[in-house]
Amino acid sequence: MADKKTFPINPLSRRAILAGGAALGATLFLPKGLRAQDFPTDQVNTTGLAVTDDTVQVGILHSISGTMSISETGSVQAEKLAIEQINAQGGVLGRKIETIQEDGASDWPTFAEKARKLLVNDKVASVMGCWTSASRKAVLPVFEQYNGMLYYPTFYEGLEESPNVIYTGQEATQQIIAGLDWVAREKGAKSFYLLGSDYIWPRTSNKIARKHIEDKLGGKVLGEEYYPLGHTQFNSVINKIRLKKPDVIYAIVVGGSNVAFYKQLKAAGIDMTEEAPLLLTISVTEDEIRGIGGENIEGAYACMKYFQSLENENNREFVAAFKEMWGDDMVIGDVTQAAYLGPWLWKAAVEKAGSFDVDKVREASPGIELASAPEGYVKIHENHHLWSKTRVGHAKADGQYEVVFETGDLVEPDPFPEGYQ
Amino acid sequence: MFSDYSLSELGAIFAMQGFAGLILFSVFVLMALGLAIIFGQMGVINMAHGEFMILGAYVTYLVSNAFAAYMPALFGAYFFVAMVLAFCASGLLGMAVEWAIIRHLYKRPLDTLLATWGLSLMLQQAFRSLFGAREVGVTIPDWMMGSMAVTDMIEVPINGIFVMVLALGISAAIYVMMYRSGWGRQVRAVTQNRVMAGAVGINTERTDRMTFGIGCGVAGVAGAAFTMIGSTGPTSGQAYIVDTFLVVVFGGAASLLGTIASAFSISQAQSILEFFLSGSMAKVITLLVVVGILMLRPQGLFAMKLRK
Repeated sequence: MADKKTFPINPLSRRAILAGGAALGATLFLPKGLRAQDFPTDQVNTTGLAVTDDTVQVGILHSISGTMSISETGSVQAEKLAIEQINAQGGVLGRKIETIQEDGASDWPTFAEKARKLLVNDKVASVMGCWTSASRKAVLPVFEQYNGMLYYPTFYEGLEESPNVIYTGQEATQQIIAGLDWVAREKGAKSFYLLGSDYIWPRTSNKIARKHIEDKLGGKVLGEEYYPLGHTQFNSVINKIRLKKPDVIYAIVVGGSNVAFYKQLKAAGIDMTEEAPLLLTISVTEDEIRGIGGENIEGAYACMKYFQSLENENNREFVAAFKEMWGDDMVIGDVTQAAYLGPWLWKAAVEKAGSFDVDKVREASPGIELASAPEGYVKIHENHHLWSKTRVGHAKADGQYEVVFETGDLVEPDPFPEGYQ
Repeated sequence: MFSDYSLSELGAIFAMQGFAGLILFSVFVLMALGLAIIFGQMGVINMAHGEFMILGAYVTYLVSNAFAAYMPALFGAYFFVAMVLAFCASGLLGMAVEWAIIRHLYKRPLDTLLATWGLSLMLQQAFRSLFGAREVGVTIPDWMMGSMAVTDMIEVPINGIFVMVLALGISAAIYVMMYRSGWGRQVRAVTQNRVMAGAVGINTERTDRMTFGIGCGVAGVAGAAFTMIGSTGPTSGQAYIVDTFLVVVFGGAASLLGTIASAFSISQAQSILEFFLSGSMAKVITLLVVVGILMLRPQGLFAMKLRK
């Protein structure tokens, strides 16, 4: 972890702390009571963004229709919660956030078109959005052309570092390496069977996993294979796994295939609670378990940075607030929490920069710290990803994970890992 | 790749792999039977077939919740009630759709493709509004999950056996209806010559509606059964539609026997290839072979004899 001294609290917020006095609330990231009149609009907005004396426009760009809405709904909910909380505390530089929500409709060209609309027509100060890598890749040229700022919540394959994106989820090494180390150390795992859906994220992730297993852990990869997205028949691969007897099934199956895979694994008599073989996944959050059914995945391990069951004060408040806003039966997965960080990180960067201008926000972003994130303390790295902890959770029948391991230090984001490509 | 294993291990694996192929075969048959009736007999390209299946899956979800809430003692048996209700729900919706949309398009069969595709989008959004965008978890009775140990090595999934029995039962029922009942005779007569069938006194409109309804109802039962092996969400039906059309077209559109033969050959090919190759490659090779055969035999494996 980098020395904290290299990231001094900026003078502006220190002054504000003095001015704001005792107004500090328990959940505050920055002090209440930054007043808009201290930050005249013509000074904090020199590039023609949609900022007035009392409001600032922010875009939300996710799929609320189409196949990806299953996953993206949680992110929209978390971002709206964060924005509502920020507004309740007085907004950003004294200005209330107004959201403009657009629907990417699970269609990548639509994402690009809506991104252009948000940046060109609405002139939003920042955008919280995207979920799949394909949608992010589609909007990237738009954000770079019109100099927008995107806060992207999903754990993803890495190999990207854009000046116009803050990645609030983990890149691949942050999610993979600590989990493999743990399973080798604690469970004595030597042999692995890698399995995934057939697209860029599982393939890149398994490539990293294979290098780490073979080069660093001295283990063996007994098989590596991919199934088309939406595949629903896994009996053949289950037979192969039975034949090769790996210590660990490393599964990166996504979407509807997930449900089929775990149900069939259980039906084939592979009881994950016996841990022979043990199952480790990086693609099943609490959200997915709702579709799979807790009883079908009980005993599996997942490697994430956040679990709903995390025991800390920030998370208890976050879970309570989320359920109050969106209903008691909600579950919160890793990406939902990462999406919640977006608005807070943007607010902190704007207030550190003392400006909404995208260039100044970008300059202020590295080093931004968030002590009260539900996952615990996080910080933005020079490469626009987050320093965060990696954790391993053990799935229980009620659909929640029990945290069995977390890294002692924050794990450095490394989107272009050397020796892993 | 087999040198490391003993003979008994190999035997067990081949037995289980053969069984995996049979399960896939049953799944294909269940998926395709409803469409074989609608596409094969009526010539309607029903792109909403997957959504009718998912309607059955959602009915199963509702019934399982109702049993869990009001009759927990009978929970183990809810699945049979669910399948009957799934048949009714999908069948009734199918009849309504036939009345509202399809019957206006019998003279323009290609347009049924667009109309039913639009219908599938509407149904998906309806599911999303009613049940939420997220997948729902359908709780399966305990006795249907898990596996039966035949020997120490061979384990057979119980839900696989269930799907196989169901596929056999429904195939038999449809065979009897189509080829041994008066209704089936009427359906075939209408398919072969609509005007003449009308002239001899068959109510062609009612026959069409019943045929479409039963095709959709069978899709609903398939959807109910698939809650055991797959996901239940607004867009889950899309995962089945390509395979379903593949099976029906490959088998020869108008032939039920063809549908079954084609389901058998595709499932066995895929399951064997999956064992030796990776899943994606298995799919690619299966599709290539199917395309190759269809180029040589465009009418499919079993076609009705036509006078050219």
